[in-house]
Amino acid sequence: MKEWRFWLTENQGTLIAAATFAVMFAIYAGNHPAGFTPNVVQTAANKATLLAFVAMAQALVIITSGIDLSVGMILTLSNCLASWIVVGTAGETTLGIIGVLIAGAMCGALNGLIVIFGRLQPIVTTIATGAMFYGIALFLRPFPGGSVNETLADFLTGKLFKLIPMSFVALAVVILVVWVPYSRSVLGRAAYAAGSSEQAAYMSGMPVKMAKFMAYVLSGLLASVGGLYLTFFSYTGEAAYASGNTYTLFSIAAVVLGGVSLMGGRGSAIGAVFGALAFRTIGDLLFVFDFDPLWQPLFQGVVLLFAVSISAFGLFRVRNKLDWFP
Amino acid sequence: MSETKPLLTMRGVTKRYGGVLALKDADLDIMPGRIHAVLGENGAGKSTLIKIMAGVVSPDEGQISLDGEAVSFSSPAAANAAGIVCVFQELSLIPDLSVADNIVISKPPQLLGLINRRKQREIAEKALADAGATDIHPSALVKDLSLSRRQMVEIAKALARKPRVLILDEATSALTSADVEKVFSVIKRLRQEGVAIIYISHRMHEIAELADDCTVFRNGRKIATYKAGTKSDTEVVELMIGREYKNVFPPKFSGERASVPALSCKGLSWAGRLRDVSLSVYPGEVIGLGGLDGQGQRELLLALFGVLRGAEGRIDIDGKPATVGDPSRAKGDSIGMALIPEDRKTEGLMLPMSIAENLCFSSLGRISSMGIIDKAESEAKIAEMIELLSIKAENPALPVSSLSGGNQQKVVIAKWLMNEPRIVLLNDPTRGIDVGTKQEIYALLRKLADKGVAILFYSTDYDELIGCCDRVLVMYDGAVVRELAGDAITEHALVASALNIGEVARA
Repeated sequence: MKEWRFWLTENQGTLIAAATFAVMFAIYAGNHPAGFTPNVVQTAANKATLLAFVAMAQALVIITSGIDLSVGMILTLSNCLASWIVVGTAGETTLGIIGVLIAGAMCGALNGLIVIFGRLQPIVTTIATGAMFYGIALFLRPFPGGSVNETLADFLTGKLFKLIPMSFVALAVVILVVWVPYSRSVLGRAAYAAGSSEQAAYMSGMPVKMAKFMAYVLSGLLASVGGLYLTFFSYTGEAAYASGNTYTLFSIAAVVLGGVSLMGGRGSAIGAVFGALAFRTIGDLLFVFDFDPLWQPLFQGVVLLFAVSISAFGLFRVRNKLDWFP
Repeated sequence: MSETKPLLTMRGVTKRYGGVLALKDADLDIMPGRIHAVLGENGAGKSTLIKIMAGVVSPDEGQISLDGEAVSFSSPAAANAAGIVCVFQELSLIPDLSVADNIVISKPPQLLGLINRRKQREIAEKALADAGATDIHPSALVKDLSLSRRQMVEIAKALARKPRVLILDEATSALTSADVEKVFSVIKRLRQEGVAIIYISHRMHEIAELADDCTVFRNGRKIATYKAGTKSDTEVVELMIGREYKNVFPPKFSGERASVPALSCKGLSWAGRLRDVSLSVYPGEVIGLGGLDGQGQRELLLALFGVLRGAEGRIDIDGKPATVGDPSRAKGDSIGMALIPEDRKTEGLMLPMSIAENLCFSSLGRISSMGIIDKAESEAKIAEMIELLSIKAENPALPVSSLSGGNQQKVVIAKWLMNEPRIVLLNDPTRGIDVGTKQEIYALLRKLADKGVAILFYSTDYDELIGCCDRVLVMYDGAVVRELAGDAITEHALVASALNIGEVARA
C-alpha cells in the first residue's frame, strides 16, 4: 500500500467529520437569508465553539476508553466561577482566567485520581463528581448573575480583521497549544495505547497511569475553557442544570460524529471539533428553513442517528461474521 | 565456554498466588552468548519465572542479580531499562497503533518533548529488517496484520530495544516455517553478539536446533539443568511430565468406513480466500488439515460452521444437502456440529465467568426445559465433563481465567462435547499447550472417533498430523492441493505439499 493510503485510513474519521460539516454548513449558508457573510459565520462560530471545546475535552477521555459525564458540569462550574473572578483590570482579569483554568484542571484531576487509583468505573465516577461540581456551582451562583470583563468578552467573541470570527481563532489556538503537542507526545501516544489495549500498553512498559491522568486533567482544562467562553457570550454566570447535562450528552454525540471510537484508541480531538461544528449546524438548519423550533430536538436526534449509521455501513461489507464483534 | 560469569542469576526465587505455589526455590544462571531453553508443561512455573524476570510480577522470596548486582524490577519498564526484554506469548502489541508506533513504544525517539516521527520510522525500518520482516509496512495498523505478521512485529519490537537478555516465550508458535527460519538466524546472530537468550517452546525440534543449555521445570520446581544434546527426547519428556512417556498417539482408525460421509462439501469458495474446496469426512475418521499457516484452513472451518457470509458451494450432512446459516444452526441436532476455535481467550471462553457456566454455554438447550436451566442436570453434566477431560480445577465455580492454558483449552473442548456433536471441527487446538495435555487431547479425539464422531482437525504441528490423522488434506492458497492417507503422511510429504511442490518432488 502507498503511504498516503495509510494516512487516509488513519485519519478517515476526522476527514469524514470535516466533510459532513462542510456540506451542512454550505446548505446552511446557502439558504440563510443573509447569505454567506462574516456575520452569519460569526454567529454560527460563537455557538459552535462552546460545544467544540467540550467535545475536545470528551474526546481526550474517550480515547483512553473512558468517558467523562462531568464535562458539562465542569463547564457550568467554570462559568459560575468566571462570573465572579474574570472582572476588573487587565491584571485581575488575567489572574481570574488562570484561576478558572486551574479549577477546571483540578476537577479533571479529581476524576482522574478516582478512576485510576480508586479503580472505579469512569461512568459512575463522573456522574458523582459531576453532581458535586454542580453543587459547588450552585453555591457560587444560587441565582443567575455576576459579570465579566466586557472588553475582553467582546474581543473574543467578535471578528478579527472584520472577517474571521475570533472564537474560531481561539479554537485554533487551543488546538495548536494543547492538542497538537499532546497527540505527538509520549503521554498522548500512551493514551491511545491505553484505550486500544491497556494490558498490552502496561506490558510494553508505557506510562499508562500518567497518560490517563493527563487525559482527565486536560479534559477538565478544556471544559473550563468552554466555561470561560460561555461567560464571554452571556456576560453572566448561571448554575443551569439542564444546560450542563445537555452539553455532556452533546459532547458525546459530537465525539462520535467526529469519528472517535467509543471503544477507545481511535480518533482525534480535531475530529471531535468538526463533529461539534456539524452537530451545531444540524440545529441551525431548521432555523434557516423556517421550521417551528419545537421540531429541533426530534430533527437533531434523527440526523444524529443517520450520521452515526453512516460509519456502520462498512458492516454490510463484512463477510466474516466474527468481524461484527469488536 | 569462553564466558564464565553469568549475566543473570536467580537464587531461591519463590512466588505464590493466593495459596497456590507457582514457583519454588528456583535457581537459574543465564550466560551471555548462550541460548538457554526452559522446558516444562503448562503450569510448571515457566510463565511465572519469565514474568518475574521481566518485572511483571515481583517474587515473594529470593534474589535476582544482573552482572552480579542484586536487582528488583517493579514494572516491565524497569526490566526493559536494565536490558531484559521479553517477547510474550500473549501478544503485547497495541492494535490501533501503527507498526512503527508499536516498535518504539516503550521509548519513542523525542525531539523537544515531541515524538520524532522520522526517527521513529528509521528505527522501525531497521528493526523490521533485523527481524527479517521487510514485507511489513511500518505505517500499517497492527490490527490489520495477520497473527504471524504480528508476531514478527513483536520480535522486531524486542530487537529495537537492544536487549542484553532476550526472553522468547513461545515466540514462534504463530509463525510460518519460513518466518521461523528467519527468527532462528536472528537469534543465532544475537547469540554471537553476546546476548543471553532464554527460549521457551513446546516444539522439541526447535529446542534441539537452538539450545545450548536446558532447564526443566515441573510443578513450580526446577528439576534439572543440562547441556543440550546430552539427553534424548524421551528422557526430556519424562523429566517434564514426571512419568514414563510412551505411545503419544493412540492407534488409528481400523474399522470399515461408513458408506455415507457425515460431512462433505463440494466447490466451497469464499471471497478469494477459499477456492473450490471439496472434502468428505466419514464417521469415525480423523481428518487433518495441513499446510502453512494462513492458507485458508481457518476460513474453511468457519465456512463449514456458517460464520462466513456469501460462501458458495454445497455442504452435505449425512449425504443430504444442508444449510448452515450460523453457529446456532450448526450446533442444532439436525447438523450436530462443533467448532473448537483458534483463540480460546476470545472465541472460546468468557474468561471472567465460572468454569461451570462456560461449560454449559453450547448446550443450554439440553440442560433446560421451557427456558429454565435444570440445576441438578447441569451439575451432573459438568461433573461428567470435568471427569472425562480430567480438568484440573479446584472448584467449577471459579472463573475460567484462573485455569492454566491447557486446562482452559480442555474447558473449550468439554463445552462442545457436552452438546454431543456428531461432527467436530478443531482449529489448531494444541497450540501453546503442554505435552501431557496434548497427549490427553489426542486420546480424546480418537475416543470420540471410535464412537462414530467425524473429526476435521487443523494443526500447525506436523507430528500431530502424522500421529493423529487417518487422512490429511494439505491446503495452499485457499485450495486443497494434496490428500495424503495412511503411511503416505510423512513429514517430507507434508512439507513438500505445503509449499505446493509435492508433485514435483514425487516425480
